[in-house]
Amino acid sequence: MYVNKVNTHILPIEFEYHAPKSLDETVELLEKYGEDAHVLAGGTDLLPHMKQRRVEPKHIVNIKGIPELACIKEIPEGIHIGALAKLRAIELSPLINEKLPLLSEAARSVGSIQIRNLGTIGGNICNASPSADMATPLMAVDAKVHVYSKSGEKNYPIVEFFHGRGEVRLEQGELVTGFTVPHLPEGAGSAFEKIGWTTLDIATVNVAAVVSLKDGKIDHCSIALGACSPAPIRGVLAEEILRGREPSAEAMDEAVELIATCVEPRERWRRAPPEYRQRTSKALARDAVTRAVEAARR
Amino acid sequence: MEIEITVNGRKRRFDVEPNKLLLNLVRDELYLTGTKYGCGIGECGACTVLLDGEAVLSCMVLAVDADGKCVETIEGVADGDKLDPIQEAYIEEGAIQCGFCTPGFIMTTKALLKENPDPSEAEIREYLKGNYCRCTGYVNIIKAVQSAAKKLRS
Repeated sequence: MYVNKVNTHILPIEFEYHAPKSLDETVELLEKYGEDAHVLAGGTDLLPHMKQRRVEPKHIVNIKGIPELACIKEIPEGIHIGALAKLRAIELSPLINEKLPLLSEAARSVGSIQIRNLGTIGGNICNASPSADMATPLMAVDAKVHVYSKSGEKNYPIVEFFHGRGEVRLEQGELVTGFTVPHLPEGAGSAFEKIGWTTLDIATVNVAAVVSLKDGKIDHCSIALGACSPAPIRGVLAEEILRGREPSAEAMDEAVELIATCVEPRERWRRAPPEYRQRTSKALARDAVTRAVEAARR
Repeated sequence: MEIEITVNGRKRRFDVEPNKLLLNLVRDELYLTGTKYGCGIGECGACTVLLDGEAVLSCMVLAVDADGKCVETIEGVADGDKLDPIQEAYIEEGAIQCGFCTPGFIMTTKALLKENPDPSEAEIREYLKGNYCRCTGYVNIIKAVQSAAKKLRS
């Protein structure tokens, strides 16, 4: 049984505090201090990690002073969500609820109101936790990650962002500024499923699915799984086998068997043994796809 | 670092180290000890305060990060000796036993009722799920929130 033996009353480490007002100022600081610097957004992961001395940054760069990073807006390519958008804002945003209910559903599943009032989508992704609840839905909707550095802006698909083992594709001096979600296929339905020790706890397994139907058959299908591999993954084989088929029980059986082959849970993860994650990822994938199909039929 | 925070309606200036938590600022510098330290890792909700009207965990906010913002703690809820309807409701419904979790619960309730003046039981349970109570159970707390909502609506 895990017992927290650390004094979490104080932050036991000293650091220099920076509150830049612009993106350029931020990346300059990040470039200058490199590995010694850590970005502070919501702080709901960073501060507990610092209390437990799991990270000991010498410089904290608080990016909350850059308000344009918190925007949620519709753009021609789809929907743009700034990295500083709070989980609570994503949960309540009328635009997200209408166009991307998958994301508001996932945001709603995170921690408590107090956590969601602080935590941001960018922080959730950049912590590179395999169980990040926003990572799976963003993967299922083929989001793009926008990264800013001195040499300008670039973006790449979120699948390429996670390296596993708690690492993300970010070089020194780079900052994630937001995510663009392309338009979902016409009439697509989606669902997010999650299981944890309690509803407040981080996910033991989470699954996001997006499905669209054409003449009763599955046309578009994407399934993303979290907390059951070193990084969030797409269930590509299961997606392929479902495409072009009616969402029958047999098709689902075949698909979830393929899900079980692609997850790689680790023995040392403390919330559940690998067998549990393997079986649960199958069950949750079935639930998520079934519910997404129902939503697409509506 | 020099910061200015409005605490319970009064502007205050502080000179703090960057590693000072907002929780310890209100408790140790202002002696507002109603806000409690429980777990320190965001699980219990005992340190809940309102930061610019939003319920947040003061053990997870740097004091320097609250610069220029409004903080409301349990000490600012009552008007002098006159209790807030939420506090009255908690007493009337027996939603208090040892009282350790109560400041956090009341602050979260305050945020809830501001957002949603007539919450259903499910909505109350969902909103308060980040606050732990180890004495009374949650039945009386939910009754208290419902009764407070009624009082505030009338």
